[in-house]
Amino acid sequence: MSDALALVVALVVLAGTLAAAVSDARWASEAVIAVLGAGLLVALGALSPSQAWDALGDLAPTAAFLAALLVLAEACRRAGLFDALGTWLAAGSRGSPSRLLALVFGVAAVVTAVLSLDATVLLLTPVVLATALRLRTAPRPHVYASAHLANSASLLLPVSNLTNLLAFHASGLSFARFAALMAAPWAGVIAVEWAVLRRTFRADLRSAGRGPDVERTPLPRFAVAVLALTLAGFCLSSLAGIAPLWVAVAGAVALSLRVRATPVQVARAASPEFVAFVLALGVIVAAAAANGLTDAVDALLPSGEALPQLLLTAAVAAVLANLVNNLPATLVLVPVAAVAGGEGAVLAVLVGVNVGPNLTYTGSLATLLWRRVLLGEDEGTSLPEFVRLGVLTVPAGVVVAVVLLWAGLQVGG
Amino acid sequence: MSGGVRAVVWILEATWEATVDAAAALLPPDAEIELLHVAFDAETFVRAGRRGLLGRHPHPPPGPDPVSTASEEEADGLLADAAERLGRAVTRTARRGRAEDEVLEVARDADLLVLARGGEPDHLGPKSVGHAERFVSDHAACAVLLVRA
Repeated sequence: MSDALALVVALVVLAGTLAAAVSDARWASEAVIAVLGAGLLVALGALSPSQAWDALGDLAPTAAFLAALLVLAEACRRAGLFDALGTWLAAGSRGSPSRLLALVFGVAAVVTAVLSLDATVLLLTPVVLATALRLRTAPRPHVYASAHLANSASLLLPVSNLTNLLAFHASGLSFARFAALMAAPWAGVIAVEWAVLRRTFRADLRSAGRGPDVERTPLPRFAVAVLALTLAGFCLSSLAGIAPLWVAVAGAVALSLRVRATPVQVARAASPEFVAFVLALGVIVAAAAANGLTDAVDALLPSGEALPQLLLTAAVAAVLANLVNNLPATLVLVPVAAVAGGEGAVLAVLVGVNVGPNLTYTGSLATLLWRRVLLGEDEGTSLPEFVRLGVLTVPAGVVVAVVLLWAGLQVGG
Repeated sequence: MSGGVRAVVWILEATWEATVDAAAALLPPDAEIELLHVAFDAETFVRAGRRGLLGRHPHPPPGPDPVSTASEEEADGLLADAAERLGRAVTRTARRGRAEDEVLEVARDADLLVLARGGEPDHLGPKSVGHAERFVSDHAACAVLLVRA
């Protein structure tokens, strides 16, 4: 097969896989379609079996890391962490929607950083909504804050976002250095979100809600201790020469035993279907990369780590994340950025792919449009408002984060 | 205003008490009153958020989503409290979606729509009335009573 034809076939397979992933139709499991697609590409010769094997081997530790983190987050839920956080939010707000928003910012920023955006989307956002309802305040500012911070507060640690894990693995940064370089961008993006959301929802936040009728449930100590030790282990892992994956596995095992999760429950939490999907997606992207996509991306991405180059890199990443969702965007961009611009460029890609999806609440514009085209779906009524918030926060957040990243590289480079 | 007025009273979390009090003071005793609450469509929102994760989660269990159950219960509670505060016979309507559209639809055949102004009354200019409230006031086919709350 010629390179051009192989590239076209790989891109068609990629598009089909993503379409299956966003359609969430039961008959079209994205994992099955991705695995079949990857197999097809190898069968057609777009990728040799050994190249496919290399791609799998490259991704396997990241996929395992992700599975361990998903198990850890689920064990935290079973330990009652999120229900307890709900009572803390309610009691701490003392009935004030404005104070509740500040607390939601704090909790969502920490939960996202430590337990990843998945935990914030799946576990924290419903708790935030329930808390706002219980306080009888308009829930929109709080739910939007939680949804936004799931993406924009996922810059801090390699474990905060699957995209970070992929880049972390590819960049060779240590856990501590990643966190040190990303701390200022993380705080900067959160500050942008705070300023915009406070202003947009000023009228909603003005009123007094009803006083909370709840006592604070104590936070599950064992779970918090395991999380703290896991984090400390991540930071020290490179000094001790241990892969952070094993720290995550240890944390996940310890907490799962404590909450007496059955093996079946643990296996379900590890989301084997999704792990298979990621691995197969990696093979599909590798096929596209080997047949010309890397060259195209290389031409698109600037080289070097000066501020204008970093800004352009982040902008390209944000646009691509919206075109194809941020997971494939990361798989495509990170290897190229690592060669063209080093660690600064890799982290700039992460700023783009992590903050960019806030333009829409489905993670990418593509998801939204594809669902509309494929399923004729009306995406709910709050979309224009969410997109308006995205337009206000995403460009500003990306610029602030990249400038702070660049400044950090000057100081600590 | 003659008797038998059909009034729709739009209840919001932040301002429901002032709105209900204005309705109690100003609506004639024989007015037909419909209390309306429009909930934020949280279920669609939360479901759509999960989608950005590209299948990184088990499918939600069948049955009603706890998110929408909580939202419906809260709306019912608010409408019940408002009816009690008003102390008159009312009908209660709980809707979900874009507030502007739902309110205009419910108020289509009404004689009067009662709502709080929302927004920031201390600011001069268009923001002194909330966005949705201004839209509804502009496009309502009936008379509108804008309550300062």
